[in-house]
Amino acid sequence: MASIWEYANPRKFMGTSAALLPWVTAIAALCLLGGLVWGFFFTPNDFRQGSTVKIIYIHVPSAIMAVNAWFMMLVCSLIWFIRRHHVSALAAKAAAPVGMVFTLIALFTGAVWGQPMWGTWWEWDPRLTSFLILFLFYLGYIALWEAIENPDQAADLTAVLCLVGSVFAILSRYALVFWNQGLHQGTTVSTVGVGVEENEGVSSVFLYPMLTCLTGFVFLFITLVLYRTRTEIRARRLKALIAQEQMA
Amino acid sequence: MMGLLKRDLALAIRAGGGFGLSLAFFLIFTALVPFGIGPETGRLSEIAAGLLWLGALLACLLSLDRIFQLDWEDGSLDLLATSPLPLEALAAIKALAHWLTTGLPLVVAAPILGLILNLPGPAFVPLVLSLLAGTPALSAIGTFGAALTVGIKRGGLLLSLLVLPLYVPTLLFGAMAATRGAQGLDPTPTLALTLGITLGCVALLPFAAAGALRINLR
Amino acid sequence: MALSVTDIACARGPAQVLAGVTFSVAAGEALILRGPNGAGKTTLLRTLAGLTPPLSGTIEHADGAIAYAAHADGLKTQLSVAENLTFWAGVFGAPSITAALDAFDLHDLASRRAGELSAGQKRRLSLARLLVTGRPIWCLDEPTVSLDAGNTARFAAAVEAHLATGGSAIIATHIDLGLPTARTLDITPFISRRLRQDDPFADALT
Repeated sequence: MASIWEYANPRKFMGTSAALLPWVTAIAALCLLGGLVWGFFFTPNDFRQGSTVKIIYIHVPSAIMAVNAWFMMLVCSLIWFIRRHHVSALAAKAAAPVGMVFTLIALFTGAVWGQPMWGTWWEWDPRLTSFLILFLFYLGYIALWEAIENPDQAADLTAVLCLVGSVFAILSRYALVFWNQGLHQGTTVSTVGVGVEENEGVSSVFLYPMLTCLTGFVFLFITLVLYRTRTEIRARRLKALIAQEQMA
Repeated sequence: MMGLLKRDLALAIRAGGGFGLSLAFFLIFTALVPFGIGPETGRLSEIAAGLLWLGALLACLLSLDRIFQLDWEDGSLDLLATSPLPLEALAAIKALAHWLTTGLPLVVAAPILGLILNLPGPAFVPLVLSLLAGTPALSAIGTFGAALTVGIKRGGLLLSLLVLPLYVPTLLFGAMAATRGAQGLDPTPTLALTLGITLGCVALLPFAAAGALRINLR
Repeated sequence: MALSVTDIACARGPAQVLAGVTFSVAAGEALILRGPNGAGKTTLLRTLAGLTPPLSGTIEHADGAIAYAAHADGLKTQLSVAENLTFWAGVFGAPSITAALDAFDLHDLASRRAGELSAGQKRRLSLARLLVTGRPIWCLDEPTVSLDAGNTARFAAAVEAHLATGGSAIIATHIDLGLPTARTLDITPFISRRLRQDDPFADALT
């Protein structure tokens, strides 16, 4: 049986990702289009929040993906450390800007949603603040990649930063809860169940379009990371060829 | 190991060592606060504890790029890396030297600067204790950041960008302890958390810093 | 053998610079590395010193045997000559710095700040550091830069004395040091300018 690590071979990765990309792109487009249209136009308005609640179909998936992108970078960094798979290091590099944009979208949609609901664009609430800090972590991670010329050295140092940063990100998360009990509602998607009252958790009318959107965001993330990893591999190869040219 | 500590302390104190610069920055920062906030003593005294923590943190940040950069530039870092001294010990001593030359003076200066910001009476002891418990973490985290960026020309700004998010938990707990003291609440739990972060950082980060140094020296 | 190098390849960043380097140095022996500028002498010495891992091949020597002296002097300009040496003596556990001061005629300069020294005097101080390391294998990168003829001879004498006590030295240099027993190794045949063999993306796009 073929080992999963075979896909860490750059050539194998290029081949497999090229075959996969049309499919994941299509799934991402379908789910996003379907989920957003469903959510925006075919669900009732919330009895308290009105139509503003519909921003949830972008806000929640992007927030979930913002955290998961960092988690994926952490896993890739560990794989790079333990098994020295170069594709893994480049995938972490490729995921960072995507994760950063998801974080920005979550922050922006949160502000737009929060303004009519809480009467303020920004609140130093633990959830909001931890996303702001997550954004800073992404910024630092990307800046470190950009600052180091030697790609293997950059991969090593950013992986160290990612590991240490993850510990501090979790620490900050709990420190913030301690610091300020927030306004933000608790996580509602996971508390859904049949017959749950309307003000506890999300009822299934909202849940299914939400899950569709979430699937769309997951596949959007996969699509973007695959494209960006392929670009990084090409850029790396190009750099090597230019270097070779100069040496000859 | 003592030799390295002594050398670093001597270098910091002698001409061009930059000892006192952080302290001066802390003073200027504190003196500028009322210009930005306004002179009402009531308002100042309310935010004094947090501001002093923030000032100490920024003053600490200023001197981080010197930790490894000078040794890197003159070649002694290469020589130290090939010496019997393990890089982990090197990182730990560098962090200790940084704390002794930067963190500790800030702790001593903080209550004096507290006077000009009208820090409430009951806050003085918690402020000093929280700084004492928290500044070693700032030095340890900063040493790790300095090790990450040692090979980068003009890496000072990048260093700040990397280190500031890592400073968040320490700042949160440290400033909270001081502020709770100012409000007459019991600062002990937050002090314990600050100390916990410091102990964790001091115990683990030298290993991460040594790893980063090893990668940078390749 | 004090040091034996078998078929190593060295890299500087993404590029391989040397390949198939094989040599050995016995106790009491000196090896002069020669090669044109940019051939990879510094890279080779850094690899021997353990700073840069070799791409392939093996380097065998006793643990903690190598004393490395780079291009840069590694001095602290605010400290005096004696303080600089005492620091390194402390790091390497040497009892005294007198022998090192003797060998490079630094006694008169001992209390001067290193920042006030001339380039040649700094070099002498940086070479004196080798004596306080107490390590048997010296890896020296252009040790005689900015030394005058008299001090070059002094350096050669220090190397001779080191060899006589069973030490060895690997010295990258362009000048004739006047070491009668030294072997010379020209690294030109090992120059291998190309991408690292282990470039994982070599066939990524084929």
